[in-house]
Amino acid sequence: MSEKLYNNLLFQSIFLMLFLILVGLLIPNWLVFVITKAIAYGLVGLGIITLMRGGLVSFGQGFVFGIGGYTAGLLGTQAGLTDAMLLLFVSFLFTGLVGLIIAPLLARYRDIFFAMLSLAFSMVLYGILIKIDAIGGSDGFVLPESTYFGIKPSSEYADYLLYVVAIIMTGFISILLRYYYDSTPGLIALAVRENELRVEYLGSSAFNVAVLNFTIAAGLGGMGGALNGIALGHIDPEFTYWTTSGEFVFISILAGYLSVPAVFLAALLLELVRSFSGRYFPDTWQLILGLFLILSIIFIPSGIGSFFKQFFDRLKKSNK
Amino acid sequence: MSKQSLLRAENVNKSFGAVVAANNININIDKGEKVSLIGSNGAGKTTFMNMVTGYLKPDTGNIYLKNEEITQLDPRIITQKGISRSFQIPQIFEPMTAWENLLIALGTSQKKHSYFKNARSKENADFIDEILNRFALNEFAHRQVSELPGGVRKLLDIAMALVRKPDILLLDEPTSGVGAEEKYPLMDTIAKALSGQGLTVIFVEHDMDIVQNYSDRIIAFYQGAVIADGNGNTVLNDSNVKKYVTGKTEVKAKL
Repeated sequence: MSEKLYNNLLFQSIFLMLFLILVGLLIPNWLVFVITKAIAYGLVGLGIITLMRGGLVSFGQGFVFGIGGYTAGLLGTQAGLTDAMLLLFVSFLFTGLVGLIIAPLLARYRDIFFAMLSLAFSMVLYGILIKIDAIGGSDGFVLPESTYFGIKPSSEYADYLLYVVAIIMTGFISILLRYYYDSTPGLIALAVRENELRVEYLGSSAFNVAVLNFTIAAGLGGMGGALNGIALGHIDPEFTYWTTSGEFVFISILAGYLSVPAVFLAALLLELVRSFSGRYFPDTWQLILGLFLILSIIFIPSGIGSFFKQFFDRLKKSNK
Repeated sequence: MSKQSLLRAENVNKSFGAVVAANNININIDKGEKVSLIGSNGAGKTTFMNMVTGYLKPDTGNIYLKNEEITQLDPRIITQKGISRSFQIPQIFEPMTAWENLLIALGTSQKKHSYFKNARSKENADFIDEILNRFALNEFAHRQVSELPGGVRKLLDIAMALVRKPDILLLDEPTSGVGAEEKYPLMDTIAKALSGQGLTVIFVEHDMDIVQNYSDRIIAFYQGAVIADGNGNTVLNDSNVKKYVTGKTEVKAKL
């Protein structure tokens, strides 16, 4: 991608962020909440597609989602830290650090072994969390209301301000990730996905790529968990449950690994399907979700991102 | 050991169960030499190559690159130290274009400080264009490599190995799977692309005409052992080589 296109990307992203912030003022509060949750889930999905670019899929991102959520919650209840931006940032760093610690173990495995080992971590964490009564056991606990630069907003604006923070932080993270995908390790990750042996014979380490990608995915998952916890005002072990991890995989498959915005769109679709089917078909929303996934895999196997890529490829050709 | 010794194998042995793949191999290769390894299938050429590049570890013996022992190092580290290789079946990244394949090869060879810069910078693009030009691959630059003909895939595989500017380039059967009429043009392109760089080239080859024309030293293998080592005439006229490798023994009796 040329410098000009990068400048355009930065400009377009900032414009999109401003647009979404303004849109947030016009849409109903329930939709603001749904989009904020979609961003939280999208962040975790973004981590999974970062792994997917390197040929790995994690079935256990609930692990980092839960750690992020509990980090934000415990910082709020135990340390009195309630600033939303700070909570998101600290959760990102802390979960990234946890990711960095366990990544060397996970990065030794590939395919289903990597997926199942990641799932095992989330199951262990779930088992531990439901047994610790001091942090609410299976019921979890309530998070204190968030503040923004020391100000506690009225309940009327609380959702909107969190939405704004989520848009800004996610926007800049998405730009950074786009840079990363187009950088040398980002490209090497794609090569690892295709032919790991050749990557080694070119003098690069597939293992290091997997460690780096898992660490990034962990940080993103942690931030997603923190955002989800703050949005709900509550955290419980369900964050780490395997069905929650399955939803992140669903988002990643629906989005594909080719586009960053597609992940958030996929997450939003999931949230909307969940909200509407939960309202109109309360006992069968998994059925609706399952059908939605079947149709997605059959008709858009490369994910929504493939449409985005085709669009941008055409745009680049027409610019030439 | 000569003064400019680049690669040295000392008493190298390797067995797979009862099969002896390397039998006390002692080879010294100097800087700038063009060496071909010959032998029938299973003679030990590829095993030797795999041990030099770290894919296989010898049971006993040592391998040195520029007098530094590399026997137990991994392929990645050996590549970083200066040995690159191409493969009998090209190991390229199929869904990508030739240009992108070279971009990745270039990325893997760059220093850490430029790691997080935009990989598609003008500087990188110019370098890749130059490599493509050197290997006469320009017209295939933006085609997906899975669609490319065999000879072109071979060239791309070699070009990728060369991007790192290695001291030694190992080519595993560069003309295998290529039509007879394409072999010489392919080897000419490779020779032209590699010329003037002082590169040491070691290649495995079955075509004796190509071996004679493109190497200045031949090492013949049989049952894991080196049975002849020297210039083309000496080796190809060696009775053991005629008997076990080229099959050009004189017929002494008729049915």
